[in-house]
Amino acid sequence: MGTPRSYQTETIIIKQTKFGESDKLITFYTPEFGKLKAVAKGACRPGSKLGGNVEPLTYSLMLLARGRNLDIVTQSQTIDGFPALKSDLWYTSCGLYILELIDSFTMENNENRPLFDLLLDTLHQLCQADSTEIVLRYFELHLLHHLGYRPQLHRCVMCNSPLKPVFNFFSSSQGGVLCPHCSQEEPGVRPLSVDALKILRLWQDCNYATAKRVKVKSELSSELKQVLQGYIVYLLQREVKSVVWLEELKKSLDNHGGGD
Amino acid sequence: MTSKSFASLAEPVARLVEAFNKLPGIGPKNAQRLAYYLLRSPDEEAKALAEAILALKEKIKLCSVCFNITDQDTCSICQDKERDHSKICVVEKPSDIPPLERTGKYNGVYHVLHGTIKPAQGIAAEELKVTELLFRLQDGSVTEVIVATNPNIEGETTAMYLQRIIMPLGIRVSRLARGLPFGAELEYADDMTLGQALDHRQEF
Repeated sequence: MGTPRSYQTETIIIKQTKFGESDKLITFYTPEFGKLKAVAKGACRPGSKLGGNVEPLTYSLMLLARGRNLDIVTQSQTIDGFPALKSDLWYTSCGLYILELIDSFTMENNENRPLFDLLLDTLHQLCQADSTEIVLRYFELHLLHHLGYRPQLHRCVMCNSPLKPVFNFFSSSQGGVLCPHCSQEEPGVRPLSVDALKILRLWQDCNYATAKRVKVKSELSSELKQVLQGYIVYLLQREVKSVVWLEELKKSLDNHGGGD
Repeated sequence: MTSKSFASLAEPVARLVEAFNKLPGIGPKNAQRLAYYLLRSPDEEAKALAEAILALKEKIKLCSVCFNITDQDTCSICQDKERDHSKICVVEKPSDIPPLERTGKYNGVYHVLHGTIKPAQGIAAEELKVTELLFRLQDGSVTEVIVATNPNIEGETTAMYLQRIIMPLGIRVSRLARGLPFGAELEYADDMTLGQALDHRQEF
């Protein structure tokens, strides 16, 4: 017997693009197979039973049929549509940023169950977050960990000496923190305050519940954002496009009051 | 320039086949069939097609008010004095207007955004005709903006963004209702749609 003609899997839908006249090409993340792509036939038509079940930011149970080139979505049942997340502009935008990161960092057919669990957990956390910034930073840090880019935060990556509680430096190209002495020989490093280092160390080894208990002042929050996003841009070798939108949106929300 | 795949054809035929092949939904076989059809067809027919294509690119421009496609400076809808100019229906693309017009239920004017906010593709509000929409709202004659973007994640993001920036101007912002399409079956409806249909249920 060869491989079965159809298979069922939990998925989180990452993105969809129009495909032909009324089909959609769906990209989604699964616990068993990593990232996959499949065609949802007729999903653009009103009344399609797939339509609303294959929207990005949806956690669903999918039945797929193996096709010659692309698999075909035959059924999709939403497990969680994250309505709280989708009905808020800021949360939705954060969700789309997370999906873009997953999409950019992963390859098709590359299983990574912890990453799936992190993604699902993060989307749940976003829905109920009082501070989305913490959730985003926690996600970025753990995404890097699950992909094998876990930053070294305890010893200097050059001389391996334990870091002292002084202003150290973060090097994206070395993937970790440099002591003040070693940082002089390394171009393109970013200063990292003692508080920022402490928080990163804590977040690296704790769960969401503990991470969210930490109070992060806005100055520190933007420092953490710069360090992590700088590292991500270095690894991807390109900008993360959603960041532009998130910044634009944040500015307009701050002007009109609202968001968090 | 013709690529290798059509190299066996005579040059003018290969050029046309390749041009057809670029159209959406037309594969290499279809393209060849169309090219051979035109080869056999009368000269006038081919000429008429060529002229129609040229006219499309030469004459069509965007309406200076609503950015719908038109062959004049302002489109026929914006020129129509009979229509209610205090209502603006915001759509994603020009092809969204004909289906709304076919319903015969809308007598206001339109505004075409030419896209939606797509964060992952780097398309933010600046890339859309949002500033132009805000400009139209400045003189205070507009009382309602109906956001008719598609009910998907990008359309929703755009709709929520528009609501955020237009509400403070004191203008009513409404959204097309979401619910069950005609001919659908409850069993197959997704949770978001069914939930919305329940929330906005109507009295008989």
